[in-house]
Amino acid sequence: MDFKNRDIISINDFSKEELLYVLKVARQIESKPRSNILKGKIMAALFFEPSTRTRLSFTSSMEQLGGEIIGFSSANVTSIQKGESLWDTIKMTEQYADILVIRHPLEGSARLAAEAANVPVINGGDGANQHPTQTLLDMYTIQKIKGKLDNLHIGFVGDLKYGRTVHSLAMALAHFNPTFYFIAPDELQMPENYLDALFEKKIRYHKTSDLSRFSKELDVLYVTRIQKERFPDPLEYEKFKGVYRIDEQFLQNVKKDMKIMHPLPRVDEIDKEVDKTQHAAYFEQAANGIPVRKALLALVLGKVK
Amino acid sequence: MARKKQKKVRKLKEKIKPKKADPNFHREDSKKELKISAIEEGTVIDHIPADATFKVVEILKLNEIKGVVSIATNLQSKSLGKKGIVKVAGKILTQEEVNKIAIVAPDATVNIIKNYNVKEKIKVKTPEMLDNVIKCSSPVCITNHEQIPTKFYVVKKEPLLIKCHYCERMMAKDDIEIR
Repeated sequence: MDFKNRDIISINDFSKEELLYVLKVARQIESKPRSNILKGKIMAALFFEPSTRTRLSFTSSMEQLGGEIIGFSSANVTSIQKGESLWDTIKMTEQYADILVIRHPLEGSARLAAEAANVPVINGGDGANQHPTQTLLDMYTIQKIKGKLDNLHIGFVGDLKYGRTVHSLAMALAHFNPTFYFIAPDELQMPENYLDALFEKKIRYHKTSDLSRFSKELDVLYVTRIQKERFPDPLEYEKFKGVYRIDEQFLQNVKKDMKIMHPLPRVDEIDKEVDKTQHAAYFEQAANGIPVRKALLALVLGKVK
Repeated sequence: MARKKQKKVRKLKEKIKPKKADPNFHREDSKKELKISAIEEGTVIDHIPADATFKVVEILKLNEIKGVVSIATNLQSKSLGKKGIVKVAGKILTQEEVNKIAIVAPDATVNIIKNYNVKEKIKVKTPEMLDNVIKCSSPVCITNHEQIPTKFYVVKKEPLLIKCHYCERMMAKDDIEIR
């Protein structure tokens, strides 16, 4: 499978075989954490909005593989402030780097960047749309903690309406015959177009606002933050914040090997006391950003086949 | 009795008098004539749902055309209830152009006119992709912020569902706004 010079923009661009192949390369890379396969390569990190995990893990991944990094972490320091278009910014920065990683608040910006650039582009998140490296690291984590991807019972709780990680992960896992449980207040439930797509793929799913209703069924519970910044109306946010809380009491009614994931940052949706239980998988999930992002960098730069 | 009968017959006759006797009738008739007047050469798009008439004009950018464009809407139609007709004198639409209107008028009939006669009928086909016709309904889509053409994929034809190439937003017929 040849990923050389390929843009990584949307999880929807991947076939099942391609998803599994990236996860396989990530496993191989994790077993040999340091090598210099990207020596002499430069990654431009174009972060037009704040990010902690994504930017730091891309930076760390590139450095661990011997590559170098240039870039910025806020649009305020760029020519965007002077009115430069995204297209022009990309045409300029591609002259300085072998690969571009972009995070931008506008949806579709990464696709546009990929059209503008002759070097490969990796989407580090375009607004509420796509964040494919997050989806891949989520899949990598599930595969590691459950030993498989097939036939799992996976719950999603929190903001399923605006949560891009939930949309992308559900679509990607649809290749693996899952049963989904969408747990959210009606107003924050999974959008109809995703439910229609799952229905067409013959994926079983349940919708509920009651967190405890299917707790005994779950192999994995994917918790998301109610994202204040995605709400057009702040009053609507106030209505829903803190509506679900995963605590030790909830964990008394789940399978012993049920794992809790969260893309982080969390606010109050997972009690700190959960961190020390065998159910917590969210910090391991964050750590998995490294092997997955290393695998993608190495693949698109043609250093791993 | 006979007189009464005669009176009744006279009244009835008056009622069923042909309308052409009405001086206003000619005016009405000439208006009708004007609506459906023939063109020597060009394209006639018929059976447009009335509420889509002006969208068809927008999609085909007929406002930019130098020749005569006749637009009629809210005409009575057996199949549609109310329909629109657009006549474009001096312009022969291509299949590709015709397909663009499929999103708002999938059952429109398109006649190519030459020498006042229908030379060809083009069937409207929903295209796989819509290039720079529609505006993305997401205010945070990059296409609403940069000077770039929009692109949409037709995911489902009935009911219509399209997907933005850039932000991946799904849009139904009601969300469609012409660019």
